[in-house]
Formats: sequence, C-alpha cells, structure tokens
Amino acid sequence: MPLSYTIAVIAIPLLMFFFLGLAGVKMDKKLTGVLGVIGMLITTVIAYGVALTYFFGSDQGQVADGVRQAVVVFNPDWLSFTKTLVVRMGIMLDPIAAMMLIVITTVSLMVHLYSLGYMCDHHGHAEKGFQRYYAFLALFTFSMLGLVVATNLFQIFIFFEMVGLSSYLLIGFYYQSPAAVHASKKAFIVTRLADLFFLLGIMILSYYTGTFDFDQLVFGPNGANSLEVAQSAIATGGGATFLGCSVMAWALTFIFIGGAGKSAMYPLHIWLPDAMEGPTPVSALIHAATMVVAGVFLVARLFPLYVIEQGAMEIICVVGAFTAFYAAAIACVQSDIKRALAFSTVSQIAFMMTSLAVSSADGGLIEIHGGHGLGFMASMFHLFTHAMFKALLFLCAGAIIHAVHSNENSKMHGLHKYMPITSIAFLIGCLAIAGIPPFAGFWSKDEILVACYAKGTGWGIWMSMVAGMTAFYMFRIYFLIFHWKKHEVHTEHAPSDQPWTMTLPLIILATISIVAGFVPAHDLVTWDGKELHTQLNWTVAGSSVLIACIGIGLAFKMYYKENELPDKLQARFSGLWEAAYRRFYMDELYQFITHKVIFQGICKPIAKFDRGIIDGFFNLLASVTGSAAYGIRRLQNGSIQSYVYVYLVGALALAVITMVCVLI
Amino acid sequence: MDYSQFLFMPQEIGLLFVFLLVFIYDTFMPARMGKHLPMFATILTALYTVYAFFPCPDSWGMAFGGMFESNPATWVMKNILNVGVVIVMLQSIKWTNDDFVSVRRGEFYELILLTLFGMFLMISARHFLLFVIGLETASLPIAALAAFEKRYYESHEAAAKYVFTAVFSSAIFMLGISFVYGMSGSLYFQEIGSQIVGVKSPLLILAVAFVIAGVGYKLSLVPFHQWTADVYQGAPTAVTSYLSVISKGAAAFAFMVILVQVFGAVYSQVWQWMLYAIIILTITIGNLFAMRQRNLKRFLAYSSISQAGYIMLGVIAASQVGMTSMIYYVLVYIFSNLAAFGVIAVIERATGRVTMDDYNGLFKTNPWLAFTMMLAMFSLGGIPPFAGFFSKFFIFVGACHTGSVAIYVLVFIALVNTIISLYYYLLVVKAMFIRQDECVIPYIDSHWTEEIALTVCVMGIIAVGVASGIYTFLNQVTETITPMFNMVG
Repeated sequence: MPLSYTIAVIAIPLLMFFFLGLAGVKMDKKLTGVLGVIGMLITTVIAYGVALTYFFGSDQGQVADGVRQAVVVFNPDWLSFTKTLVVRMGIMLDPIAAMMLIVITTVSLMVHLYSLGYMCDHHGHAEKGFQRYYAFLALFTFSMLGLVVATNLFQIFIFFEMVGLSSYLLIGFYYQSPAAVHASKKAFIVTRLADLFFLLGIMILSYYTGTFDFDQLVFGPNGANSLEVAQSAIATGGGATFLGCSVMAWALTFIFIGGAGKSAMYPLHIWLPDAMEGPTPVSALIHAATMVVAGVFLVARLFPLYVIEQGAMEIICVVGAFTAFYAAAIACVQSDIKRALAFSTVSQIAFMMTSLAVSSADGGLIEIHGGHGLGFMASMFHLFTHAMFKALLFLCAGAIIHAVHSNENSKMHGLHKYMPITSIAFLIGCLAIAGIPPFAGFWSKDEILVACYAKGTGWGIWMSMVAGMTAFYMFRIYFLIFHWKKHEVHTEHAPSDQPWTMTLPLIILATISIVAGFVPAHDLVTWDGKELHTQLNWTVAGSSVLIACIGIGLAFKMYYKENELPDKLQARFSGLWEAAYRRFYMDELYQFITHKVIFQGICKPIAKFDRGIIDGFFNLLASVTGSAAYGIRRLQNGSIQSYVYVYLVGALALAVITMVCVLI
Repeated sequence: MDYSQFLFMPQEIGLLFVFLLVFIYDTFMPARMGKHLPMFATILTALYTVYAFFPCPDSWGMAFGGMFESNPATWVMKNILNVGVVIVMLQSIKWTNDDFVSVRRGEFYELILLTLFGMFLMISARHFLLFVIGLETASLPIAALAAFEKRYYESHEAAAKYVFTAVFSSAIFMLGISFVYGMSGSLYFQEIGSQIVGVKSPLLILAVAFVIAGVGYKLSLVPFHQWTADVYQGAPTAVTSYLSVISKGAAAFAFMVILVQVFGAVYSQVWQWMLYAIIILTITIGNLFAMRQRNLKRFLAYSSISQAGYIMLGVIAASQVGMTSMIYYVLVYIFSNLAAFGVIAVIERATGRVTMDDYNGLFKTNPWLAFTMMLAMFSLGGIPPFAGFFSKFFIFVGACHTGSVAIYVLVFIALVNTIISLYYYLLVVKAMFIRQDECVIPYIDSHWTEEIALTVCVMGIIAVGVASGIYTFLNQVTETITPMFNMVG
C-alpha cells in the first residue's frame, strides 16, 4: 500500500467528526454510532496497511543500508514567520509514528465498537448526546493521529492542544453532573498550564535553532535519528546559558513539562484520576492508551536532543522513577476501580518515561553509537503492549460498572460467577500488566528493567520493586471484584456478561494482550532505525517474574477469600493507609496553593486593582468617549457642509503638520 | 492604433461583454422574462469569473502608451473582486425580484458591473487621467445605487450625501494631481515618481495630502469617513455590502500603487507619517463609534472604517510583503463582511428588522443564520482559527517587516484596538446566543441563492485561513512586481 495513503488515515476521522457533528443531530442515534464504527474500521484497515508496508516493505524508501528511515509523505508550508522559520503541516512516518498508528486505530476501533453497547441504557436505547459522543471520539482520533505523524514541533503543539480539547469535551460529556464538569475543567487547566511550558520550550528551541522541523533537529541525512544532527542543532544555541544551565537544557526541560502534563507525571498527575468521571470507554481510549502517552511520544520524538542534553534527561529519569513508585503506592489502597486503574496507568507511563531516560545513560554516547538504546526500544514496546492491556482492563471495568452501576469495589465482590468472560479477560489483563510470561507485559517490562539495571543497580532494584507492587495492586483489584465473597444481588437484574458489541472488543484485546509480546519490537522500533540484537536476560527476567509472583501471592493471601487481614493491616498502618488513600494529600496541596495562596494572595489584590483602577480607567474612557461621540453626533447630524468641513480641515491639517515636521 | 493592445485587458473586455449582454437582455427581452434577469446576470458573471481565472498567454504588460498595466497582481486582485461581486449578486437576487424594486432590477446589475469596470481601471491605471476616469466610473453610479429604494427617505438621503461628498473629494483629489502635474510635468505614475526624487517642497506635501484625502474618501479613512455611516445605513443592504468590500478593496490596491509608484521617493519623509496618523485615527475612532451603535448596518459601517485602518497597515509597509498581506486581508475581509451583510440582508428582507436588539435569541429560531453571523463576527474580530485571525496576523507581520520602531508601536496600537473591537463583535454574538426576547425573529426560510452565497462565505472564512497555499500563492504573485518597490525611500 502506498505510504501516501496515510493522508486518508488522518482525513477520514476528521470528515467523520464534521459529518457526525453537523448531520448527526438529525439522524437516528444508533445509525450515527454504526457510521462511526464503519468509518473507524476503514481508517484502521488503511492504517494497518500503511504501517505494515512501512515496517515490512522496502520499495518506498523506508529502508536504506539496513536503516529504517523516516518517510515524509508530504510537508507543505503552512505559516511562514520568516523566510527560514516556517511552520509546516505534514505527514511523516517513522518507526514510532507507524507503531502509534496501529495503537491508536486499534484501541479507537475497539472503543467505537464497545461504546455502541456501553452508551445505551438497559433497554438498549442510546443515551442522550450519542451523536455528540461519536463526533468527539472521531475528533479525538483525528487529533491523536495528526500528533503522531507531525513533521515538526509546532504541528505537534497544535495537535497537542487539540487532543487536550477533545479530552476536555469527552471528560465533561455528562455535563449535567457537577463532578464531570469539575474534572473536565481540572484536566484542561492542568494540561494547559503544562502546555504553556511546552510552548515556551518550543519558542526557545526554535529561536536558537531557527527551525521547528524534526528533519533539521533530530533526523540525520539517512532519515533516522542522528546524534550528530542533534549535536549541531544544540550547538547553534551558541552555548548561551540561563541561570547556569544551557538554554537548550531549559528548552528541553520545558518541553518535557508539557509532555509531563499530558502524561500525568508527578506533580502534574492530579487531573488524571478525576478524568475518570468521563464515560469508561473514553477513559480506555484517551486516559489509558493514547493521549496520556503523548508525553512519552514527545520525548521519544526528540530523543537525540535529550540524549545530548543529559541535564534534562536526569530530570526525566528522577521524575519518572518517583512517579512510578508514588502512583503504585496510591493504587494499592484505592477502592474505586477506575481510580485504581488510573493510578496504575500513571505508574506504567512513568515506567516508559524512566526507560527512555535511562537509555541515554547506559554507557554514555559511545555506547549509543554502538547500537544500544535498549531503553528507547523498551519504552516504545511497553507503550504498545500497555495500550492494549490497559485498554482491555478499562473496558472490562466499564462492563462491570455497566452491570452493577457503581465504581466501588465493595459493590462488586464475587462477580466471577455472573460475568465469566469479563472475569477471564480481566485476569488476562492483570497477568499481562504484572509481567507473567508469556503475556505481553512480561516482554516489554523485562526490557525496561534490563535497561534500568544497565544505568545502575539502584535504579533497577527500585523499578523491580515497583513492578512487584504492580502485580500486587492489580491482583488486589481482581480478587476484590471477582472473588472475596459471594455477590449480593441488589437490583432485580442479576449482573451478567454484556452484549456482543462489548464482548467482542474484550476478546480481541485479550488475544492481543496474550500475543503482543512476540512482536519483534527490537527489530522494528529502535531509536536509530537499525535492528537491535537483544537476548532475554535470564537473571532480570527470572527475578522480575519471582517478584511479580510474590506480589500476586500476597494479593491472593489477603484478598481471595474474605478475611480480617486487610482490615488489620489497615488499622496497623492507618496513617500511611489514610495518606495513600487520600493520594498523599496532593489535591489538598493544590487546593491550598491555588485557593489560599494564589487566589487570596495574588488574585484578590489584582482583582481589586482591576475593578478599581483599570475598570475605572476604562469607565472613564468610555464615558469620555460617549460624551465625545455625542458631541460629534451633533456635527454629523445630517449636515453635509460639516462633513465637507471636517474633510477639508483634516486634509489641510495633515499637510500643514507634515510640512512643519519635514521642512523645519 | 495597434488594436492588439486590447489583449492586455481580457478581464475588462470580458466584463464589458457581460454588461452588454445584461443590458441587451434588459432592454429587448419581453417584460415577463424580466424576473429571470437577476439569475441571468449572476450566472453570466459567475461564468465570467471562472473565465477570468485563466490568464491569457502573454497578457502581462503595458498598453495604451503606458497608461494601462496588466500584471499578475492586478489580475489576482480583479479576480478577488469578481468573486466578491458574484457573492453580492447571489445575495441580491431575491431582493431585486421584490415588488418595489423589480422595475429597476436591470439597472442594479448594470450599474454594479459598470462600477466594477471602473474599479478595474483604477487598479490597472498607471496614468492619472485613466485613474480619474476609473475613479469616477466607480463612484457616481454608486449614488444611483444608494437611492435604489425610492420609497424610503433614508435611501435618498444616502444618495445625496454620497454624491455631494464624492464630488467634493474628487475636486480635492484633482487639485492634488494638478499640483503634481505642475511640479513634474507628467501624469504618468512612473515619470512623476522619478521626477520628485529629492524634491522637498510644501506643494508636494500638499499634493500628497490631497491625493491621500481623495482616495482615502473611497476607503473611508478618518477624517474623510463621515459619509460612511449615513450612506451605509440608508442604502439598500446589497449596495452597502458592495460598497463596503468591493469598492474598498479596489481602492486599497490602487491607493498602494499610487503611493508607492508616484510618491515612493518621499515615503519615509512624508506619507509614511501621514498614513501613520490616519491609521491610528481610523482604527481607534472606527472602534469607539462602533461600540455605541445599535443599528447593525451603521455598526458594520464603523467596523468597516476600522477594518480599513487595518488594511492600511499593509500599505504603510510599502513593500512586497505588505502588498501580499493587504491583498490577503482584502480577500478574507470580503468573505467575512459579506457573510455579515448577507445575514443582515436576509433578515431585513424577511422582517425589516436591523437593530442589535432585534437579534436577541436569534440562535433559537434561526440557528444557521446565527451561526454564520457568529463566524463572520469571529473572523472580523480576528479569533483563530478563522481566516480573520490569519489576515490580521499577516498584515501585522507585513507591517513589522519594515523594522522601524515607530511601526512596531503602530502595530501594538492596532493590536490593542483588536481587543477593543472584540467587545462589540461579541456583543452581536451575545445578543444572538445568550440574550432572550419575547418577540424573537421567527424562522426565516431563506432563498436558496442566499443560502449558496452564505455557504460560500462560511467556507471562505473557515478554509482561507487554514489553507496556507493561498497566502503563498499571493506572495508568489506579488513577487513578480517587486521592482515597483525599488523607488520607495
């Protein structure tokens, strides 16, 4: 399939958005959903065709001398600031973009299909706003696809904002619910704040390098990531420094902050758990599989720059490693199934970030020249597998919530008997995320741990510990939902497995979660386009499986059958438990900072200044203008003579004043 | 005489041909066929517009002893005006078939085509005589058009005011030209341009001021603007929209050509500063007056005064980039303003209501009209991602290319005014979407021609900004006339 078909992959969701958004109102609700699914199916088929052609074909310039190159399909100028600084809007395929095409379209298609069943009530009637929902899903898919194929930083920024917007719209889908409105606002404000830094970073970077384009920032002449090009791009900064750090390090750190906002890194993670107020399929698509990895994608995109600017890389490494642990700790005590999954997502994305950040350090620059960069590959691989099994977990959670009408796992217990398919699918997801071979998560997480051990044993042990916690909290959720004790049936309907539109995505994603680990990622998705020869590191693999098994065993002991142990432990460590349950009071801290410090301390005086002095000034201006206008109105009241008079005086005054200025 | 010179003016000849056909139709067709005349004229003009998009081979050059110039920039400018005229005609088909107007509908289309011909001469003229002929051809018939709604007193008033002030302004303009002729002994733009290099006389400054006043009248720049509000309000809405965009676009282009070619040598000393003051006055006063208006046509009159100030930012740059951004601005302005006037015309035709309070709650009853009006207001106010944002952006960038600090200050003032202008543009949106009223305008079944016109405008507003190729194309076009700017000093 010609790679230029990528345009169709971008265009179809956009057209679907306009079509469903404008014409959908007058159409049958179910029909809009079906059309949305069909549109997405076509997109997915083309995206697969393009991505597979990119990876396995060789006739369209995608491989040269054994190096997989970036292929720019088209790249016209869009907005030219100066002759050299031009914003382009283009489409580019490189290993990570092609991989993301597969991830996004797969999960999006599954979510489109799943929502047909999920967004209906128990009588099978579509919910209010069904068309709007599908239009927004299409908008999101378009934005996310546009983001990954972007050819330059500015284009990424534009689509970054658009995914933020569609996320906002979808979180606030149930706009009658105050919680959803708050959550959508919170997500928007927090990510916008981060995007401000992103924009700053772009400005600094483009000011010093004179370009937004990746092919001048990171891609070498052979079309693959090149350290030499990144080195020379950074050198154009001329060694300018600010507060003791090079401006490039500042720029890259700012760009990382932008990515951290979307990817919910500590301390910008606070919006993600609240974002679970949106419909569950949306959480699966946006807040588990695709949009939240935009930050990881961004860092991966600029990887060579970060490799050279080690300072920025160290920050990412520390933030990532801390966030992974922090979020895992919170996930261990959450009682709301979606919140627990949300923190699990934060933790897993932090895994990817850390993996990217350690890869630069594994032996320094020379090693990377020699073909290492395991961390990069591992991170992208984990992004791929995680998207699949986390989407699976969220869709299972959606099915459960759909059945019992609650997010609290106290309402769930013992569902295994009633929802066997969901139970098995959820178990597969849990095994995958816990890293049990041969499920997908094992392969990618193992590579990450190897990369971390290569940076330093301390990093490796830390991340292994977090991996163990992952296994524990996931199986805690699993046992609490599906076992623990007999399910109490409250409603007249006993919970049961869902319609086929919801079951089919679960089965497909579960299958992918089992086999995705065997995708030869180290051949396909490497930072320099060359094949990476890795072997299973038996020490790391064995120990990580052992740790995962300990985590699962612990969860089994505590939560499989109803017992007193969890409560005892909770009472014993009540302070710690409470702190973790309240997410270590980060939200309260933000509340305090925003409401008490910023609003009270800064905004109130400014508001007073604004109301009193600025408004007063403008009111004065307005009243002066008003009376002046009133005065002139009398002049203008129908009298041609006065018009002509003003005209003549104006022309003469213009001439006389100029004469005085020029000639004297 | 070498008749092959006429090959340099394919667009003008095509236009005259259309005019003649419409005239013949109007005169010789039986009266019962009269109701098809608007459609006939519109389709013919639309076909002609498409034809004019394909330049004849070798049609660039000077003709008639250097009085007339045809180059890619004039070609593209005329095409833009053609598109605008087709939209105006589409918007007026239903109106010209109204009972009160239908007797004179032939004149409406003939006069529009004739004035357009005059504007084409203004754009292509490289000699003051031809320019004045064009200016008057484009000017006097407008008075007849303004008086079109005979049954209304305001229409007569508008025409009278227009004709008197126009005659006065022409007189001033020609006085200015006579000074120029006295100094240089020529009426050719280029010859005058080379004659006045290094000249520093009061007469020249007076001449420049009078020429600016004369063309500034057509552009309704402050302080030559006072006719605008009365005429815009009194004239039929179709005429107002024609006057506010087409006439203004042509004048802006011709204005830039005259200032650069004739007075280029005294740019930095004389007319840059005159224009500087005029721009600040125009934008600010246009804005301040627009805030107080309740009548939407009057409101748009002041808004268009302020918009003309922005167009002048491209002129004051006196460079190729400035010209590109100016043409681009005019293009975008045509779509945005015609969308606004189109909505007003539809509502006025159906209900006769034109004040802002009449529009309260319009969104409930006429969502599409309200939506179109909202887009037009957003675009005029310069809200991204609509075309108006990009045109403002490019015109600011164009002005900043001069690199002088004074121009930066000017751009800053213009920026502040953009924010002020948002206030009154959003007032309209607020009225339509947020405010409620007991007697909301009922659902209006607009005619399909009006729907087409509005759809074209909406598509223009949405697409012109995002489709970057248009600006790039305009830039390539104006690059062919870069030598014109060599005189600027």
